[in-house]
This record gives sequence, C-alpha cells and structure tokens, in this order.
Amino acid sequence: MSELPKARIATASLAGCFGCHMAILDIDERLIELMQLVDVDRSPLTDKKRFTTRCDIGIIEGGCCNEENVHVLYDFRRNCDVLIALGQCAIMGGLPAMRNAIMHSDAPLRECLEEAYITGKYIRNTTHNVPNDPALPLLLDEVYPCSEVVEIDYQIPGCAPSGDIIFDTLAKLLTGKFRGFEREMIKFD
Amino acid sequence: MSGTKKETGFTFTIDGIEVTAYAGQTVMEAADEAGVYIPRLCDHEGLRHQGSCRVCTVKAGGRSVAACTQPAAPGQAVENETPHLNKMRRDLVEMLFHEGNHLCPICEASGNCELQAMAYRLDMTETTRFPYLEPCRALDASHPDIALDTNRCISCGRCIRASEDVDGKGVFGYVGRGIHRRVAVNGENLADTDAQVTDHAISSEVCPVGCIIRKRVGFVTPIGEREFDKGLIGHEIEERRK
Repeated sequence: MSELPKARIATASLAGCFGCHMAILDIDERLIELMQLVDVDRSPLTDKKRFTTRCDIGIIEGGCCNEENVHVLYDFRRNCDVLIALGQCAIMGGLPAMRNAIMHSDAPLRECLEEAYITGKYIRNTTHNVPNDPALPLLLDEVYPCSEVVEIDYQIPGCAPSGDIIFDTLAKLLTGKFRGFEREMIKFD
Repeated sequence: MSGTKKETGFTFTIDGIEVTAYAGQTVMEAADEAGVYIPRLCDHEGLRHQGSCRVCTVKAGGRSVAACTQPAAPGQAVENETPHLNKMRRDLVEMLFHEGNHLCPICEASGNCELQAMAYRLDMTETTRFPYLEPCRALDASHPDIALDTNRCISCGRCIRASEDVDGKGVFGYVGRGIHRRVAVNGENLADTDAQVTDHAISSEVCPVGCIIRKRVGFVTPIGEREFDKGLIGHEIEERRK
C-alpha cells in the first residue's frame, strides 16, 4: 500500500451541525488505516481554510442555506475529482430545510427570522432587529440539497452516518471497489 | 379471502419459484404464504386491497399489474425481483418522498416507517432527479391522545379502510382529485370526530409513515432499536421460505 501515492481528501461543513464530521471520528482506530491511504487537505480537521492542491475526494456535510455555503460548494466542485454528500442535510436539506415548507407561510424565511428574533415569546432581543451585519452571509430563500447546486457523485446517507458506512465507502472508493452500499447499512436517521 | 384453503390449489411461478395458490387468492397473498416478498405500501394484512401505490407492480404475462389486486392464475409466470421493476419501484418511493415533507432525522416514526424501510430495501441512495415539492400541509394536534402530521401522509388510505371496515367509524376519507387528493378527517379536526386511540386505524401498524401519531409514546423505543433497524422490510416473509 505504501508505494501508492496517497489520495488527498478535503472536507467542509455547510448548513450542518458538525455531527457528520464527528461521525468521521467514529471511524475510531481505523482512522490510522485510513490515514495511510490519504492526506487531508482543506478541512476543519486540519484547520486549512483553502485548497493547497487539487483533491481526489471532497466530502460535504450540510446543504446550502446561505451564499457562503454556495461559494464553498462551488470551490469544492472545482477542486475535487469526486464529490461526496455526507449525511441527510447534504443529501436533502435535512433539519435546516424545515424552514422551507413547514412554516405555513408565503414567506417562510421572513417568518422564520421574525419568530427567531422579534415575535418569539421567549426572545430577549433589545434591538428588535433581525441581525443584518454586512459580515453575515446572505441567507438563501430556501435551504438547498447539495445536488441541486452542483453535481454530486456519491451520497452517504444517515443522520449522522455511522463510522462504519463512512469508512467502508471511503476505503472502497480509494481502492476502486465501491459498488453501492450494503442494504443493512443504509439509514436515514 | 383464505376460507377456501381446503380446495386443491394450482401452481404458478414468481421469478421461477413455484408457488401454490387457491381460487380467489391474489398474486401477493399466494406469494406471502410461499415466502416470496413483493414490496408494498398501500396494502396491509387484514385490510381490503386497494392497488393504488403501485409499489407491488409485477409483470404477469408481460403486463404490469398490481400484485395485491391481481388474481393468481394457473401456470402464470410472474416477474418480481428484476432490476427494471425495482428501479420503477424506487422511483415511485422517491416521488412519495418528494411529494410530501419527509424529514427522517426529525420524524418520530423513523426506524418504524415503511416508506423509509422501502427506500432502504430499494437502495434509494443516488442523487435525485426529481424536485422537492415542499407542500405546506396541516398539523392537527386537537385530539388529546392522537396527532396528525399530514406532511408525512402518503395517501395510502390504510387508515381509511381500517376505520371503515374494522372500526366501523369512517373517521378518515379521501378528498380532492389528482395530485390534490388527500386524506382528510370527517370533521373540522380530529377532536371533532369519534376517533379513539384504541381504534385499529390509529394503531402503529396501520399508518405506514409518521402521520398518525399516538401522543406520549413516540420515543418509548429509541432510534436504532426499531423494527427496521433489526432487518430489511419483508424479511419475516422471506424467512418463511427457508
């Protein structure tokens, strides 16, 4: 194995809870095995904020809820040969996508922000304003799954995906043996 | 349906497996007895067959038919587990996911949900080609013991048939046409009907998804230890054959 050049992987968390990145750590001691196959480039795990080189695999947690998410996702698509959506938020929007439809409103985003910052019963917001600092990325009208923004090559389901399914999929992709998931491993929760 | 067991049966094949059926049995009833699982959502043991979800579509004599309503015929060659049929079933299930608001991570039925389990069985893991419709649907928590989250309803009508035929009540019914067809309650809201938490229509086995909710019992069994965490949907039928 050691003669092979190591594959480079990158990861990012968009509109997610970092649970999927925690799930990557659930690979446990097999991380040592994995690290013999890969180098980690841009990732919260290495704290590298930019790509230093083109990567073989990009792993995306979370969907797109603001313009910064979209820029990061475009950047990953440009710099990665294979792009993986990890977890339900990246696959179908997940919890953040609740704001798309379940508010029973014509303007769900406005209603969501007003409830969160102005009208909510238990809010203590002395400014009575929705935060609008220019440093904050603009929110999108809806939360979008990654596959609606860029082309996604593989999706690893779960909330969060188990360490087993992440390790299995990565190990098989890196050795060119991935032929789909074991049915027993597919979980959406 | 199975009161005629004593008659001599006839045989037909499903994917080359010989299956015995009796007059009046449907393809699915004969398959279930023989331990051949045909995926289904709107059909449920003990309820009248409806044949509306089409997840149980099989090929019989080269034609696509719903196995839950198609009478078994002697010598028939039925195709069930073929890549073509499973792809069609996966598309149907995927469209059901996209037609409502099915957020598995926040749903208390996750792990007990037949729609989700069907997606697992049919390998629904690739990127989707369908748009999410994200409809605005009502939540009815008016009843003291029952709640309805119609975001998750797939209009299978199992609650309608259970309430009419088993409970003799008619709490639920279809309203609207085409894509607007929905399951509604017979009243302003559920509290105005004579629904009770002890009704068969409200029991955990009838609603295949997390639409009909019995209050205060949602997380008695934790996520990860639920029905379809233990095995793929249909495995208990398939085990009859071994």
